[in-house]
Amino acid sequence: MTAPTATVTPGVTRPATRRSYPTAWWGMAVVIMTEAMVFAILLASYLFLRAASKQWPLGDIEVPDLKFALPFSFVLWGSSLPIFWAEASIRNGHVGRMKTGLLISFVMGLSFFAFTLYDFNELHFGWRTNAYGSIYYTIVGLHALHVFLGLGINLVVQLKAWLGRYDRGRYASAEVFFLYWHFVDFVWLAVFPILFLSPHIR
Amino acid sequence: MAIVETPAVSENELGELWEDAPGLPGFFSTVDHKRIGMRYIYTCFFFFFLAGLMALVMRAQLAQPDAKVVGPQLFNELFTMHGVTMIFLFNTPVLAGFGNYLIPLQIGTRDMAFPRLNAFSYWVFLLGGIFMYSSFLFGMPDGGWFGSSPLVGKTFSPGLNIDFWGLGIVFTGLSTTVGSMNFIVTIFKLRAPGMSLNRMPIFVWSMLVFSFMAIFAVPAVTLATGLNELDRLFGTSFFVPALGGSALLYQHLFWFWGHPEVYILFVPATGMISQIVPAFSGRPLSGYLWVAGSLVTVGFISFGVWVHHMFATGMPAVAMAFFSGVSLIITLPSGVQFFAWIATMWKGRVRLTTPMLFAIGFLLIFLLGGITGVMVAVLPFDWQVTDSYFVVAHLHYVLNGAVVFPIFGAIYYWMPKMTGRMLNEKLGKLSFWVMFVGFNITFFPMHILGFLGMPRRIYTYDNGLGWAGLNAMVSIGSAIFGLGTAITLFNWIWSRRRGVAAGDDPWDADSLEWSTTSPPPHYNFAAIPLVASRHPLWDQRPLPFAESGDEPETSGLGIEGAIERETPVTSGIDTRPEGNLQIPHETYLPFVVALGLSVLFVGLLVQAVAVGAAGVALAVVAAWWWAWRTEEDLAPPDVEADAPVRDDVPAGAPAGAGPEPGDGAG
Amino acid sequence: MGLVVALAAGCSGDPPSMLDARAGEARRIAGVWWLMFALATIVYVVVAAFIVVAVVRGRRETAGQKAGPERPSERGDGPKDDTFIWFGGIVAPVIILGVLAVVTVNTTGVLRKQQQGELRIQVVGKRWWWDVRYPEDRVTTAAEIHIPVGRPVDIELTSDNVIHSFWVPQLAGKLDTIPGQVNHLRLRATEAGAFRGECAEYCGIQHAHMSLVVIAEPPVDFDRWMIRRRGGAGLAPTSELAARGQVVFTREACAGCHTIRGTQATGTVGPDLSDFGSRRWIGSVTVANTAANLARWIADPESIKPGNLMPPTSLSSDDRDAIAAYLEGLK
Repeated sequence: MTAPTATVTPGVTRPATRRSYPTAWWGMAVVIMTEAMVFAILLASYLFLRAASKQWPLGDIEVPDLKFALPFSFVLWGSSLPIFWAEASIRNGHVGRMKTGLLISFVMGLSFFAFTLYDFNELHFGWRTNAYGSIYYTIVGLHALHVFLGLGINLVVQLKAWLGRYDRGRYASAEVFFLYWHFVDFVWLAVFPILFLSPHIR
Repeated sequence: MAIVETPAVSENELGELWEDAPGLPGFFSTVDHKRIGMRYIYTCFFFFFLAGLMALVMRAQLAQPDAKVVGPQLFNELFTMHGVTMIFLFNTPVLAGFGNYLIPLQIGTRDMAFPRLNAFSYWVFLLGGIFMYSSFLFGMPDGGWFGSSPLVGKTFSPGLNIDFWGLGIVFTGLSTTVGSMNFIVTIFKLRAPGMSLNRMPIFVWSMLVFSFMAIFAVPAVTLATGLNELDRLFGTSFFVPALGGSALLYQHLFWFWGHPEVYILFVPATGMISQIVPAFSGRPLSGYLWVAGSLVTVGFISFGVWVHHMFATGMPAVAMAFFSGVSLIITLPSGVQFFAWIATMWKGRVRLTTPMLFAIGFLLIFLLGGITGVMVAVLPFDWQVTDSYFVVAHLHYVLNGAVVFPIFGAIYYWMPKMTGRMLNEKLGKLSFWVMFVGFNITFFPMHILGFLGMPRRIYTYDNGLGWAGLNAMVSIGSAIFGLGTAITLFNWIWSRRRGVAAGDDPWDADSLEWSTTSPPPHYNFAAIPLVASRHPLWDQRPLPFAESGDEPETSGLGIEGAIERETPVTSGIDTRPEGNLQIPHETYLPFVVALGLSVLFVGLLVQAVAVGAAGVALAVVAAWWWAWRTEEDLAPPDVEADAPVRDDVPAGAPAGAGPEPGDGAG
Repeated sequence: MGLVVALAAGCSGDPPSMLDARAGEARRIAGVWWLMFALATIVYVVVAAFIVVAVVRGRRETAGQKAGPERPSERGDGPKDDTFIWFGGIVAPVIILGVLAVVTVNTTGVLRKQQQGELRIQVVGKRWWWDVRYPEDRVTTAAEIHIPVGRPVDIELTSDNVIHSFWVPQLAGKLDTIPGQVNHLRLRATEAGAFRGECAEYCGIQHAHMSLVVIAEPPVDFDRWMIRRRGGAGLAPTSELAARGQVVFTREACAGCHTIRGTQATGTVGPDLSDFGSRRWIGSVTVANTAANLARWIADPESIKPGNLMPPTSLSSDDRDAIAAYLEGLK
């Protein structure tokens, strides 16, 4: 490399003033873009199959039951609130509060996951029954897989917190998880109305 | 901001800090973007020549009517694997390979944002390629590279071969997605101070567009083939009409990726051209903002044209007219780029080097491919020519002529940087002319064959149809084209040892990769360059390099950053320093995770739960370990100063053993 | 496109060229092609000239000078950069694309419209042959489609297996046969003739031999053909050998897959053979319909069309000849 000599490049290395997200957070943001696309395309496929069918749900399958689905959906969406709180807490260095927030969110997420399994168990059709069954199981199942994954990561983040690996300004992996969990909840905002509510409208 | 004087450590010492372990351990554990990039390129060219040989066998079969060189089954396997290889195992990954090698150099940083993920995406690509080609032992996929439901469903293709294809596409799609994520974050967060968005080299712009398009398009192909695999392996009925599924849904999903994919390939190829043309015209690219804007515009519009692959499926005319219109409009951004290149040459001083010849050849070929592209957008005309040899001609003018020619140009242009040696110019020019002539003899007559009624994907034809003469010509052309590519292969091997030493900047080019040595050191830049121009090497003479500041945000800019194995993170738009990214040490984890996933895919293929579970377990354990160790690298910038002092010297590279255990709390 | 003509003339045979149009749709599309061809030639020549001039110009200037490190080495003269981009990249393409858009909309608007007095023909894409039915006349045949010249025809396309695509270049553009969906291809032949067509969508191992012929006849000839088919003429064995062939045909496996009207052969897996003797081709336009080819086909279809779904038969050569004689007599 040739020895550099001075030239004036005014100001280019003046540091940024605002606190920024770590690169891993941006990485998760991009993962979410592609994951959102996966769900968007699946939901579009659902609507495509529905538009191509004379009857929906196909083959005299009953419309989704809302008795449990509705309250547990609110539980899932609500599980983002403790995450917001946890995020605000760790930003100010309160690791203890973050742990509490994570735990509350974990319990809420787990109860939703339990509901999904219960729901699958109650259904009178399988993914082999017909195309409705296939797309229903695929979308709800894929979302449940994301919830399950999120619960696993939640545990890892809690473990890291218990081991004292986080402190004020040092919580990048937690921040990545927060973003992911919000996404999991957000997806359900699209899935629930289309899969559970729209078949009630004829 | 002050500027560097003499480095505090010698370059040798710095090199040792960054060097991989020698031999196999280093091979499997490296995270150096340049090694990975080269690997991509080598692997892709292996597949390229393999696909080329398949094409030659097909042309031998079609050289005369009723030939018996290969039977129908093998022929169908050959054209399937030729397409699969060229799209999934050559064009897409080779562009990712160039991106891998060049982006960090062009934006002035020391590695990618996620070096381990980078290694992971290569391993996934390689294992995906091996996965698909292992079908060779059982009968290769024979459903056509894009498949068609229900032909690729279990009823009509009961064999394992289709599963190799379907699962292989899902698997390699993962590689593209992960690689694209890495490019996006790298380009947004690691640019050298001063390299604002409007100073990025066009190739970086093109890879940014490539990545965003891949992020949004790949899920569609993953679902098309993935849902088909669910149908095949688990008995769902997405594409089974009798059970309420839809054969057309498959096509919508596939082409929703398929058409953007054309531009995913084409955009970086034009990015290469936009580097080569100005360098050999000796002046800046005309209409930089026009060109960058065109790339972004193409990225958006390309998501609205997929239905033109389905004009013959009998959709309502109104819907088709809409897509026909959008398919016409998408020509405009390419026209803008085209005239930007012409203006650049017109007003510059053209040097006819080999890369420039490939660029000019690209212009002449792409011009025709673009024109026929407009033609197939015209709905009624497309009814006649779709799925005929006219389309085979068109798609090769675009995907071979307008993508492979720029890639060959890029090989001649950047090899001096990659290896430190020039490729032989005489052989290069010979290779170009043979390829150019062979290309046109091969693919031009195919247009006419399409008019004469020859459908694509037929393994033989009657003598009485009047197609024999042109087919013979096409086959001769393909042999000439193949010879041309072989000359470059020979040239590469020869020049690797005997080539003239290149020096830092053999072409007198303008972008940052030419400011470092050829080949670049492991750390790329001891000190990060300070950019004040769109053409730093032309306008900033000599190029200034940064010096580490006292603030945590700027501590990694100078050579101290290289000593700490750090690279500066800057703000996405205006590149203010925000902190430092720790470059991870070499690790086997990416390889292990990729291996675990491929075991999972083998498990799916043979429907063995135990194998699949073992694969998942391996991947999860390795990924967990990876995540656990990662905190160090994720430390946000504003506490760098408060963070405890870290000892970053590696605890000796473990040879053959697993990765070293996590280093607890910071 | 003199090159096309010259090259095509050099080849043996008479290619089914989409530019040699014999029906309204193909003719209109050929017209669109010639317009686009003219535009394309102008565009290619002009733009290629720009490229060549740009390269040569730069070279000429370089001759006297050394490519030095001084930057920028721009030439001051000539049009501005943006002028190139505006005119070459925006204005000219917009005009041309505008023309094409109008042509597209106009052409599409008049094609494939429902008309009075259409002859309905149902075509089902099979692996790898075409099942052809005239529902109003209850006539079934395969791969060779008779239509009257001058009368509009509505070809209803569907499939009960994979997707195929129906393409007769001299008559009209392609339309796919898709399971669970009926597509309507409407055309009107303007001239008599036998027009070769192909399956254009890859459909498996014998995609290459899934051809068809559309035989456009003057209405009188077509009506005569139709009356004969409708009335079941020519179904009786014409000789003693043929009579034995009929017995063997209905006794052996043949009848499980093929239908011959008026006999116990009612299989629907393979093509209907009721008018076999009048057909020009065997195996969906794979080989000419001759007694020798037929005997070879019956003995071992694999040798003619590898991978096709008809199993080889284990008939004695006498039985084979008898069947051949019977089938060839069905006209």
